[in-house]
Order: sequence, then C-alpha cells, then structure tokens
Amino acid sequence: MGLFILRRLGVMLLTALCLTFIVFWLTNLYPNLEKLAKTQGNFRMSDEAVTSYLENRGYLQPTVDKFGEWLGVLPGWVTEGETPDETFGRCFAAGTPVEDRPTRCGILQGDWGFSTVFKEPVGATVLTRLALTGKLMFWVLMLMVPSALIVGVLAGMREGSKLDRSLSTFSIATTATPEYVSGVIFIAVLASSRFGLSPLLADWGWIDSKTLFLGSATSAMKDANFWNFFLPVLTISLYGMGYIARMTRASMTEVMTAQYIRTARLKGVKFSEIVLKHALRNALIAPFTVIMLQIPWLLNGVVIVETLFNYKGFGWLLVQAAANNDIELLLAVSVVSVIVVLVTQLISDIGYVFLNPRIRIS
Amino acid sequence: MEPLTWTGSLAGLNIIFLGLTALLAVAVLAQIVVSFVPSNGPQGVNADGTMTAPGGLTGALNKAVFYLFALLVLLVLVYIVAGAFMGANAGIFGGISQQMLPVWIALIVTFALSIHFKRRLGLYGKLFDSTVGMIGFAIVMFWVFTGVFGGLFDMLVTHDSLSQVSGMKNKLPGTPLRAPEEGEYPWFLLGGDNLARDVFSRLIKGSWVVVQIAPLATLFAFMVGITLGLPAGYYGGRLDTLLSFLANLILAFPVILLFYLLVTPEIVRTGIPNYMAVFLFIFPLVFLAVLLNSRYYTQPSFRTPLLIVVLGIVGWLYLSLVSNNGSIVATDTYRIPGLPSAIDLFDIDAGVLVVFVSVVFVNSPTVFRIVRGLALDIKTRDYVAAAQTRGEGPWYIMLWEILPNARGPLIVDFCLRIGYTTILLGTLGFFGLGLESESPDWGSTINAGRRLLALYPHAAIAPALALLSLVLGLNLLADGLREESLRD
Repeated sequence: MGLFILRRLGVMLLTALCLTFIVFWLTNLYPNLEKLAKTQGNFRMSDEAVTSYLENRGYLQPTVDKFGEWLGVLPGWVTEGETPDETFGRCFAAGTPVEDRPTRCGILQGDWGFSTVFKEPVGATVLTRLALTGKLMFWVLMLMVPSALIVGVLAGMREGSKLDRSLSTFSIATTATPEYVSGVIFIAVLASSRFGLSPLLADWGWIDSKTLFLGSATSAMKDANFWNFFLPVLTISLYGMGYIARMTRASMTEVMTAQYIRTARLKGVKFSEIVLKHALRNALIAPFTVIMLQIPWLLNGVVIVETLFNYKGFGWLLVQAAANNDIELLLAVSVVSVIVVLVTQLISDIGYVFLNPRIRIS
Repeated sequence: MEPLTWTGSLAGLNIIFLGLTALLAVAVLAQIVVSFVPSNGPQGVNADGTMTAPGGLTGALNKAVFYLFALLVLLVLVYIVAGAFMGANAGIFGGISQQMLPVWIALIVTFALSIHFKRRLGLYGKLFDSTVGMIGFAIVMFWVFTGVFGGLFDMLVTHDSLSQVSGMKNKLPGTPLRAPEEGEYPWFLLGGDNLARDVFSRLIKGSWVVVQIAPLATLFAFMVGITLGLPAGYYGGRLDTLLSFLANLILAFPVILLFYLLVTPEIVRTGIPNYMAVFLFIFPLVFLAVLLNSRYYTQPSFRTPLLIVVLGIVGWLYLSLVSNNGSIVATDTYRIPGLPSAIDLFDIDAGVLVVFVSVVFVNSPTVFRIVRGLALDIKTRDYVAAAQTRGEGPWYIMLWEILPNARGPLIVDFCLRIGYTTILLGTLGFFGLGLESESPDWGSTINAGRRLLALYPHAAIAPALALLSLVLGLNLLADGLREESLRD
C-alpha cells in the first residue's frame, strides 16, 4: 500500500510538472508576451519598446531557463542598470543592497511570483480566492451529495417502478442542463423583479424583498445567507447531481439483485430494513469514487457560476488571469487545479480499497 | 399593429392545457405514492402468455396517466397544426409553428419512413420500439432539420440574424415592427436582443453552428480515440503506459483553463491550432487506411485500387481542411505551403478551426480511455483467440473483431458525447472565446443576454432552452439506444 501511494505520488509530481510546463510554454509564446507588454505598458508601444520591455524583465530568455527560474532551480535573471542602484532582477527590486539580493526565488523557495493584474503577490491572492471558493464548494457538496444519494437509492431500490422512472428522468434532465443554462433560467425565474415568480410572490405579500433570491452573489463573499447564496450553490449542484444519482442507482440496482438480498427477503425481513441495513452500505462504494472524481468537474462549474453570479473566487481569478495573460498567477491557478484533480483521484483509489475489502493492491 | 400574445385566438385551449397538465402531475404523483404499497394479489397471465393488466387502484392510475398523456400530446399537436395553418393569428406559438412548417414535414416524413421500414433497419429501426428513444430522436432531428433548413437554405428565419431594426431593442416577444416594409415579417416572434436583432432568427441560425460542429468534432474525437485506444488496449505494455499517461495529462487539465489558453487570437497567430489540426485530422485517414488494408491485404489486385481511390478522396478532403489560402500554417514570420487555393474545396475560418480543434482535443482522451477499456475486455474473448489461431494480423483483429463487438457502448457514448460537445461549444461561447461576438451561436447569445438577465430575460432564455432541449434529446436518444442494444 505504501509503495502504491509513493508510486502514485511520483506520477502525480511528473504530471504536475508536465502540465505546468505546458501552461508555461503557452503563456510565454511571443504574441502572448506582446499582449502582456502592451497591457502593462501602453497599447501604442512600438515593436522596439515591446522588445526592450520584455528583455529587461527577463521574458525573452529561453523557455526552459524561465521555467527553471520559476521553479527556483536556476538563478533568477538580473538586469544591470547604469548605476548599481538601478540594477534589478527577478528576485529583488531596484535599490536593494547587493548582500540582500537572493539568487534564486521560485516555487521551491516558496515564492509564487507577482501578479501583473492585481499588483499583489500571487500566493496571498490565490489563498484568499481559494477560501471563498472553498465556502462555495462546501455548500455545494452539502447539497449535492446527500440529495444525489437519496435520489439514486430511491430510484435503484425498485428498478422499473414509477418512482424509478420519474427520478431517472429527473437525473437525465439535470445532466443535460449545463450551469450556464440552469443559472440563466434560475435568475430569470427566481431572481428577476419583473419576470417569473418574484413579482407574483411580492404581490401576494409572501416575500418582503423585491425578489425571491438575489441574482448576484457578490454580497455572499462577506456574508453568505440563503437569500444571496442559494442560487449559485443550486446551479452547481444540479449539474453534478444527476450523474452521481445515476451511478448510485446503477450500483443500487446491482446490489438489490444480489443473492444475499434475496435471502433476506425470503427470510421475511422488512423491505425498509433490507434497504437500510443490507443494501445501502454495499451500494455506496461505487458512488464514493464517482463523487471524488466529480470534484474536478465541479471546478468547471465553479468558473461558470462565479462568472455568472459575479462571485469573486478561484474561478473568477482563473478567468481574470487567463484573459490578461497574467503568467505567474495563471501558473499558480493551474498548479492548484491540477493538484485538486490528482489528489481527488488518489483519494478515490485509496478510499475504494478501504471500502471494498475484495480489492487488494499488490 | 397589436403585439402578439403567446397563443392568440387559440387562448381558449390554454385552460384545457393547464388542466390536463395539472391532472397528469397529480396522477403521476399518485402513481409514485401507490407504488410504495405492494399491490395485492398475484398478477394474472392470459391464455396467450401475456400478462393481464394490473387491476385495482394501480391499474386505474396507469390507465389514467396513459390517457392524460395521450390527450396532452394530442393537444400540443392541435396547437402545432392549427398554428401552422393560422400563422400569427394563433399567437407567437402559431407564428413559430408556421415558420417551422418545413421542419414538421421533414420530421413526419422521417418518422413515417423509419417506422414503416423499422424491421429492416437494424439498431436504428429498433429505436422506434422505445418511447424514450423516439422522443429523444424527435427532439434531435427537430434541431438538425432546423439547422439545415434555417442555416444552410435560409428558409425558416423571419429576419436577417445580424441586421438591427430600429425601435426593437430589448422588446418583448411578439412585438410588432414599428414600420414593416412590404414583404417583411411584421413581428419579432421571440423579441429583440440588446442590439435590436431578432432573437428567433438568431436562434435558428445558431442551431446551424451547433449542428455543423458538434457531430463532426465528436466524430473526429472518436477517430483519434479509436485509432490510439485499440492498440493501447490490445498490445498493452509500454505503448499503453505512454498513451495513458498522455491521456491522463490532458484530462487533468481543467477544460476551461485549456480553452482560455488555446482559444485566443494570440494563439491563432502562432499557428498552433493549424499544427494541431494537421495532427488531429490525419487520424481518420490513418484509420481508413489501416481498416481497408487489414481487411483486403490478401487480395492486392483489389486492395491497391481501393486504397488509392479512398485515400485519394479522403486525402484531398484532409488537405482542403488543413490548408487555408494556399498555406497550411501562415504566421507573421513564416508559412508552410499547402494545397493551392484553386483546388482547395473549402476554407475554414481561423476562429472556427481553433474551436473545432480544441473541442476534438478535449474529447479524444476520454474516448481513448473508453476504447482502451473495451479493447482490454474484449481481447480475452474466444473469438479473438480464434482469430489469433487463424493467423490474422493484429490490426485485423483490432478493427474487424474487437471494434464491431464494441459498437454498442460506443454508439451510446457517441450520442452522449455530441451532447457534451454541444455543452462545451456553449461554454466557449459563454466566455466569448473563439467565435466572433456577433455570431448567433447559442453560447455567445446567452453570454450577450446575461448582462440584462433580470430586466429582459427573453434574449438569454430562448437559446438556453434550445440548448437544454437539444442536449436532453441526445441524452434520451442515448438512453433509448442503450435499452434497445441491451435487449439482444
């Protein structure tokens, strides 16, 4: 088991390195650098001005060197000024005394770089945004997982029944509704003061505010409550829910046809007891893996929903970083998302072994 | 002119429609509740071996649901048929129904022919035994016909999808034009968007973008996935390890990050999408070559001309696809010459190409994993061992023994994946990547409409519902196909 985890960690590290290098390469292509120089400097820069801007800031070194510097295995670039005071480099600003200048600064030294869009250190920016998205994800999982499991178990316990048909149709419908469709429909129906349910309910005096829910989650960043946070959470949960529910249903129907369930029924055990005590535990092994593998998919939903509801979390950060070619921020964002993907894969593999004693890794 | 209401002079039917819907909902709920109580008494068997219908409350409810559903479908048909004849007199729905007349006719012809010949049509014919599959197929074909008639032949649309009409900015569905010219359609059936363009016409034009790109991109992804997945699963070993690592690498990327990195004008300028196109689009060529060669290599006199003809045609298409204005890659600093423009069959806009390539790129690793898994499973079967004993080559076994036996799951996944590709295209449009901002595709339209969502939701709701229905149709179709392919 230990060896298995070690090997997986090795592969994870390799994957993360490859992926960050791809991101690094794509963001460091010359047209992208030119765009960066023009957004940072001004849009009417001449070609020479762009080149000297990039040259001075170390952008024109070979990609592998730059990648090494970002990782912290190669010494950072230094641009000599006319006087020693004007000399600046990757790791220090102009005017730093010679003895205080570090040679290397990269991930290995714990330095994630400086965001060109937000004018802040990348590490701190990513952490604040991650905390906000963590809050969103927590509520998404709290809503999505129990409801998906309940739907799946109810549908799967009597295959082919009316309940099964209705719930399966519901799950298919949710998997067919991407976040940007359900989000738009929810805002129009529930959060518009002129259309949908809200004006009706306000007329009848059932709700105090103008709308049933708030169509923007910006205020939820500070103080989340049901009114301003439910719609984004529901939008993300709904898309993932259908898939988990269908997997749970498949697993449940398989368990319900097993021999030991038949034995229990023939012995005269009550149906509710069979479902809760005999079937449920075995039926929940497969959905565990699915839920774990679904978390990276939620990341996509997070990006869409945070853009749609204007909630400034990690997904919003990704959009900002990518749209402005903020190289170091984009790299940090991709490192985080790659780690999320790989760690959830690892957990799902290990958890599967723990939950299912029939499987052994040798 | 008066603004149109939703159902116009058919408004009297609305109360019946609402009543039927409510009754159906109640009946289905009752059915669910009743299904918790075990039905008493054993089920009877008729003399001819069929089961008797269940009696009592369950039976009554089943009958009620069936008849209510049938009545509801009938009523919807009345709306459509009456609308097709009465046009805008039957309100917005009537107007839409009349505009859609070619689609209705095409649907009826397709269904009549298919149902008539269904016993001779294999899996496709069996689809018409399953209600769910038929509903899914109808929805999908509705959008396919809409796309083809509206986009290709310019038939269904009421106005130009790009021209702005004065005074129609953000107008509600059914608003009449201020000063319609002679022969101009006098209403905006689904209202105007924030640039005063007709939402209905843009919806129709947008369906053509999806119907064009989604199935083709999925097909290319399948070619890539099959051509790489079969050897990975069949040979295993180092090849499998390497290819699986690469596939997992792409899968570990968040899709949206990948899109943001690939689908930008800057990347288009570097020529990377062209290189990717050259690489990804060669797979159908390789696939066909290997497929035909492995089957006919024992008859060289037949194989050689066949390969020359097939590869000639496909190669020409391939070169036309990857070359643009006489060059394969054209950047600021250098260009690689391709097919001369004179014999270039079609040119693809750089924005569309990058969208197409990235969608194929994102989809192929998943297909690869599915095909690899299927190949791993099927290669242990006896008929594969028999083929090996006969001395068949590995590619013959992969393409003519394993692949045909994996077709069931692959066809089902193909339908699901077209839906997923549609969602991806919408995502790209939603973030304003790739296609031009005035493009009528559904994702871009939702993106444009979402800024005024709380005030004028119709401009975003219409494409959202369209996308939802198309993907739902594809999912239902896949479900029907799965059910029918499992039956034998």
